[in-house]
Amino acid sequence: MSATRYAMVVDTRRCVGCNACVLACKSENSVPAGYCRDWIVEEVRGNYPHLSAEIRSERCNHCSHAPCVANCPTGASHIEEGGVVLVNHQKCTGCKACMAACPYDARYVHPEGYVDKCTFCIHRVRRGEDPACVSICPTKTLHFGDLDDPNSEVSQLVRTRKSKVKGPETGCDPNLFFLV
Amino acid sequence: MKVSGGTAAGGVLFSGLTTKWWGADKDPIPDPGTDGKIVPSFCEMCFWKCGIHAHVQNDKVTKIVGNPDHPLSRGRLCPRGTGGLGLLYDPDRLKRPQLRREKDGKQYFEDVSWDEALGFIADKMKKLSKEHGPESLALFSHGKGGSWLKSVVKAYGSPNVGAPSWAQCMGPREVGFELTFGSGLGSPEPLDLHNARCITLIGSHLGENMHNTQVQDFADAVGKRADIIVVDPRFSVAAGKAKHWLPIKPGTDTALLLAWMHVLIKEKLYDRDYIARHATGFDKLVKHVEEKTPEWAFTKTGIDPELIRASARTMAAARPASIVHPGRHSTWYGNDTNRMRAVAILNALLGSWGRRGGIYLKSSMDLAPYKLHEKVGHKITKPAADRAKDAVIPFGGESLVQGFRDASFPGYAEYDIKAWIVYGTNLIQCLPDRKKTEKAIQNLDLMVAIDVLPTEITGWADVILPECTYLERYDDLWAPGYIEPFVSLRQPVVKPMYDSKPNWWISKQLAKRLGLGALFPWDEPEEYLRARADASGISFDALKAKGVVHGRPEPATTEEGVELTFDTPSGKIELYSSLMAEAGLDPLPTFEPPNVGPAGSFRLLFGRSPVHTFGRTTNNRMLGEIKSENEVWVNARAAKELGLRQGARVVVENQDGAKTGPMKVKVTQRIRPDCVYMIHGFGHDDKRLHFANGRGGSDSDLITKAAVDPAVGSTGMNVNFVTLEEVMS
Repeated sequence: MSATRYAMVVDTRRCVGCNACVLACKSENSVPAGYCRDWIVEEVRGNYPHLSAEIRSERCNHCSHAPCVANCPTGASHIEEGGVVLVNHQKCTGCKACMAACPYDARYVHPEGYVDKCTFCIHRVRRGEDPACVSICPTKTLHFGDLDDPNSEVSQLVRTRKSKVKGPETGCDPNLFFLV
Repeated sequence: MKVSGGTAAGGVLFSGLTTKWWGADKDPIPDPGTDGKIVPSFCEMCFWKCGIHAHVQNDKVTKIVGNPDHPLSRGRLCPRGTGGLGLLYDPDRLKRPQLRREKDGKQYFEDVSWDEALGFIADKMKKLSKEHGPESLALFSHGKGGSWLKSVVKAYGSPNVGAPSWAQCMGPREVGFELTFGSGLGSPEPLDLHNARCITLIGSHLGENMHNTQVQDFADAVGKRADIIVVDPRFSVAAGKAKHWLPIKPGTDTALLLAWMHVLIKEKLYDRDYIARHATGFDKLVKHVEEKTPEWAFTKTGIDPELIRASARTMAAARPASIVHPGRHSTWYGNDTNRMRAVAILNALLGSWGRRGGIYLKSSMDLAPYKLHEKVGHKITKPAADRAKDAVIPFGGESLVQGFRDASFPGYAEYDIKAWIVYGTNLIQCLPDRKKTEKAIQNLDLMVAIDVLPTEITGWADVILPECTYLERYDDLWAPGYIEPFVSLRQPVVKPMYDSKPNWWISKQLAKRLGLGALFPWDEPEEYLRARADASGISFDALKAKGVVHGRPEPATTEEGVELTFDTPSGKIELYSSLMAEAGLDPLPTFEPPNVGPAGSFRLLFGRSPVHTFGRTTNNRMLGEIKSENEVWVNARAAKELGLRQGARVVVENQDGAKTGPMKVKVTQRIRPDCVYMIHGFGHDDKRLHFANGRGGSDSDLITKAAVDPAVGSTGMNVNFVTLEEVMS
């Protein structure tokens, strides 16, 4: 089995914060009303009229060292192909240990009792499609692919553009990269 | 797996152990199963009309995504497009025809059959025609579905058909460009943003205004490191991506535009060959802007003269791939045609009209015309009653719909309007001076509202007709001008819910009852659409299967071999407008200082959210998850002076005592201290909109005053001032 490390690259320069990613995810994954698996963060710095802004589409970081997996008492949170962090609904008791461990607040308790979050739309990826948020995005802010393939778009973007991850100090090795 | 480091391996191992206890589960993440049978159509969550793919399972729409074959979506959609589900399944939809009744002095709506509702309207219309003439009927119509009803109203004999998208929106822009280049811009605007190396936004907050293709192209330009210049009293999303942000004093844009022209000419940065070859009136323009220095403009706009120079140089360095964006909503201060002329002239100086990375020339598919209303029915004998008797409005285009309203007051216009049909437009929120609109309705013999949702205007109707949504109906073919010609089909994705009906059916039924049945010589719209497609040499089957049929692109720029021609009196770009001079208006754009508000008040500005289209979507529960209410933006320093904290609830009151709210305050660095801002379309007060009712504030309720543009007759709405009063609860 060849190594695969799925990653998402978010080009904050292109993003206008329109929320198309959030709603496409919600309808693709039947996310219940009142919850979401991805969200927009708008950060404005400075004082009028000397301002700068950054807009980020955020979601689960599918960390290479995922504290949610390490802290899950039932094994519901686990790692699937390509390093995608998933929650097995049947095994999850909704104890929220993973939510406490997650530095990114990426999880919520589904009304049916299990913890839910971004799956990188693995059901689509298995069919060779992009995650729903990536394929809907009008500004082409979002890119998905294999970071272990040096020729993939995500590898090239991370290699050639200045990027950052959220909370590098956590040691989680997130796989969500923000181009700045 | 390479990713399985220490922690992850531990997790996998643990998972293996527990599987024994909890039962094996080979594929623990089920496919959510939202894929279904794909039906292509086009969107109407806004009026950009992107191609969509609706996924359908058991006559239920599971999701909506972009149609990859459609030039306006290219497989991608804005959030409203996806949120179409929230409209289709809105529990507050109008479900059955209703008639206004009165009992014991109390008015109420009663559910009636379509036959009764349409019979009532037809009887009233026949009586109206006999007593006051057919022209006493006005149709206010917004949206593709209105085309059928327009035919009926014209065949009935009335010239009074219009949409607020002209005099409350694009009118001044269209006329300003037409006077200069001989052609307006239309929608979608022919802007080659994708290839632009500099984009100047003055009156557009693209990115918050979410016209899909335009935002796609804008993001491409940003991605290619094009320079962005943003002129906005508010630090918009686009301003966050800009090389230069010019936080202009509201209402002084023309001063800035003139100073930019001054710099381009003074520093010889303009396109000299292009101007020499294509333009007329340059010498007059040189003289006109000679003293409009950046220092002069600073005193009007508050923008640092060096920033004016630097931004002018930036836009000139990129020419001709440098666009001064014409915006869309251009009815601001009542001298808007004048300002839009200045925007057009600036584009001319940059040589961007007809150039790659500039403003391209559109091409479109030829559709066989559908003009039965010219052969069937009554001749229209009078001009539209859309203005005061003595009004001189030199430049037309479309009817002025606020004029229809005003003509409903006896004696205002050449003749009185006595009946309204309002299709798909909430006049309460889109016309200035709500009280006047409500008073005008009192004068009517008949008021019909056709809509999907119970917006405020439907509450004023004698008859309410429930239209089905764009996902449940056929509309006429659509073939706009664009960089590549195409024709798009709207077709039903699912059957109409409740007792709602498509507007083709409503129009056909009404026509039959008016003795105009010959307007619709077909039973099903497919017959008509197929015949029209055939007559246009387009395969209807291909349209049904793909949602779109492409034509052959024509050359769109001089780089592709276009010879530029201009449909103006001189045949050239008119920097100096001979038609404006003839009309007794400024032939060269002049700066007029904006009106001044009472001491201590803020100018009220309004704009858009990427998840909403005016008030049409604010009841949409899906979109409401992202934005369920608007806030009033107040500069942090100004808020401090008023003692207003983040999230405080305030009532906003204007100079005439009109109020909205309570609504939340957004204390922010992102706006000038002399104005406040809110997103348009919130603050609904119709109780039948169970989600939107009472959420946020309505800028429309505060727009009691409008400044009328002398060239176009449009209503400038940024001339109102407000104060904020905290509500203690």
